[in-house]
Amino acid sequence: MAFVIMAAFFAIAPPTAVHAFDIPDDGGGAIRIEWRLSEADSQLTRYEIYRSDNGTDYEKIGIMGRGRNLFDDETEDGKQYYYKVVAVFDTLKSFSDPSSPAMSSAQWLNRKKINIIIAVITFGGLILFFIQHARHGKSLFVRRIAGLQAIDDAVGRATEMGKPILYCPGIGYIEDIATIASLSILGEVAKKCGQYDTKLINPHCDPIVYTVAREIVKESYTDVGRPDAFDPDSVYYVTDSQFAYAAAVDGIMLRERPATNFLVGWFRAESLILAETGASTGAIQIAGTDQVSQLPFFVTACDYTLIGEELYAASAYISREPLLLGAIKGEDWGKVIIGAILIAGSLIGLLTVFPILNLFE
Amino acid sequence: MKRNLPLLLVFVFGVLGIIPFIIPHPAVQTTDEFLRNNLLKILAAFALILGLGSLLRVHMDKIRRKGQNWEYSWVLIGTFAITSIIGLFGGVSGTGILPTRIGNFAFDIWTIYFNVEVPLGAAMFALLSFFMASAAYRAFRARSAEATLLLTAAFIVMLGVLPLGNDISPHLPSFAQWIMDVPNVAGQRGILFGVALGMLATALKIILGIERSWLGGGGE
Repeated sequence: MAFVIMAAFFAIAPPTAVHAFDIPDDGGGAIRIEWRLSEADSQLTRYEIYRSDNGTDYEKIGIMGRGRNLFDDETEDGKQYYYKVVAVFDTLKSFSDPSSPAMSSAQWLNRKKINIIIAVITFGGLILFFIQHARHGKSLFVRRIAGLQAIDDAVGRATEMGKPILYCPGIGYIEDIATIASLSILGEVAKKCGQYDTKLINPHCDPIVYTVAREIVKESYTDVGRPDAFDPDSVYYVTDSQFAYAAAVDGIMLRERPATNFLVGWFRAESLILAETGASTGAIQIAGTDQVSQLPFFVTACDYTLIGEELYAASAYISREPLLLGAIKGEDWGKVIIGAILIAGSLIGLLTVFPILNLFE
Repeated sequence: MKRNLPLLLVFVFGVLGIIPFIIPHPAVQTTDEFLRNNLLKILAAFALILGLGSLLRVHMDKIRRKGQNWEYSWVLIGTFAITSIIGLFGGVSGTGILPTRIGNFAFDIWTIYFNVEVPLGAAMFALLSFFMASAAYRAFRARSAEATLLLTAAFIVMLGVLPLGNDISPHLPSFAQWIMDVPNVAGQRGILFGVALGMLATALKIILGIERSWLGGGGE
């Protein structure tokens, strides 16, 4: 009798409006359960979530703390599930009404990425437009990039001094765009080395990058009519360990004393170790990376630095191929659009109540 | 054919690389995972054989020519042989057919990695502090208006994060934080916009076969 009175006295309001639904824009296998908190939420011990696949037999599948009203359940796609949420206070439990049935399924489009898709299509379209524009023979102006302008001088200097050129592509993998851009520049540098008969040293940190680089250098020597000048041992693999690679490249700098060091590609903490060692040998240093955190080190210790996008523009700049230059023009227009959106968005955000930031989520 | 096949492969796999970003369906995600994790590992294994072959060839050649510091090439070849034998026959943590423990002294690959390679890497990393000091000296020489501005900003930021900065002026820490949060972040974001667009353009050029320098030469 006393227990019944106590239970009645402490009767707790159950959670309400339990809503189960397939999580949108996912690969399936999950249902989200949301509920309105119990009116006695602040007094509760926890919430328990129960699941049934027939609407009658429920089993506990999870617990959530008070104040929480959302739970993601792992499910089997194509199967219906019912859910109940239970408010628990000590040993007392108060069950919600069951949710309507929910079924998980895999989606074919992630709608959260539609804004990114629109942006990519817009900028991709711009780039293709200017490539097409260039295909029709329209001349395109590209501003002077000091680091790339210096490549000729750097190779010439090495030739005059009878010293080699060191080309370090960083520690990136072949899927890194910076590494691919670096390999494009390597091809151009190798051509000049072939023309001037200057020794090229090209140590690598990744075996796949090494094999690609070896082919590029070989082709470049062939392109300038000097296949005989290609030394297969000038391009070699060292190690995939970051600091062992840095130690090896430092050793090359100190032993071989290259006249020019190219540090172009994807770098991490080893950037300063390499750049400072190179600077101490008196070599001309041309660096380039898209890693913002490493750029200050290169700017400080190197003679020329390709900053971010300049690295990607290098191939077009050196080869002067109209189609590649067209892509740079497209990038510039992309930046104009981004700038305009930033200014317009800032003004709308400051001067109106329109939730402009929601468009970019 | 020699040119067209790689270009076709790049186009197909480039497009296959974009699709999983917008399609979350398991059929697409599983294929992507297979390409990235399994196929790439197989390719890497073959490339590693080529890479190690090149490394050994370079050092053997150096020994033959008696090049500068050629003795160290023996160290590389010797340690390469020893760790290869231990790794291949002793297993990763001493579970192979080769015994990798004498009493309490273990010499399996994990032990070698954690007791030799990791400390050596840490030692190289530690050098960074000395290089940072010399680079800072180089950067902070007030030889131009930009360098002076850099020096001033760095001085304020350094003072701002010290207790001394707060003693000089209670506004100094918040001003230092403002330098980090506003002009610094603005500059970084400006670079990142360019990087993102550059990546997009480079990826498009490669997938569409416009940029071919990665093929070597770049001609038809």
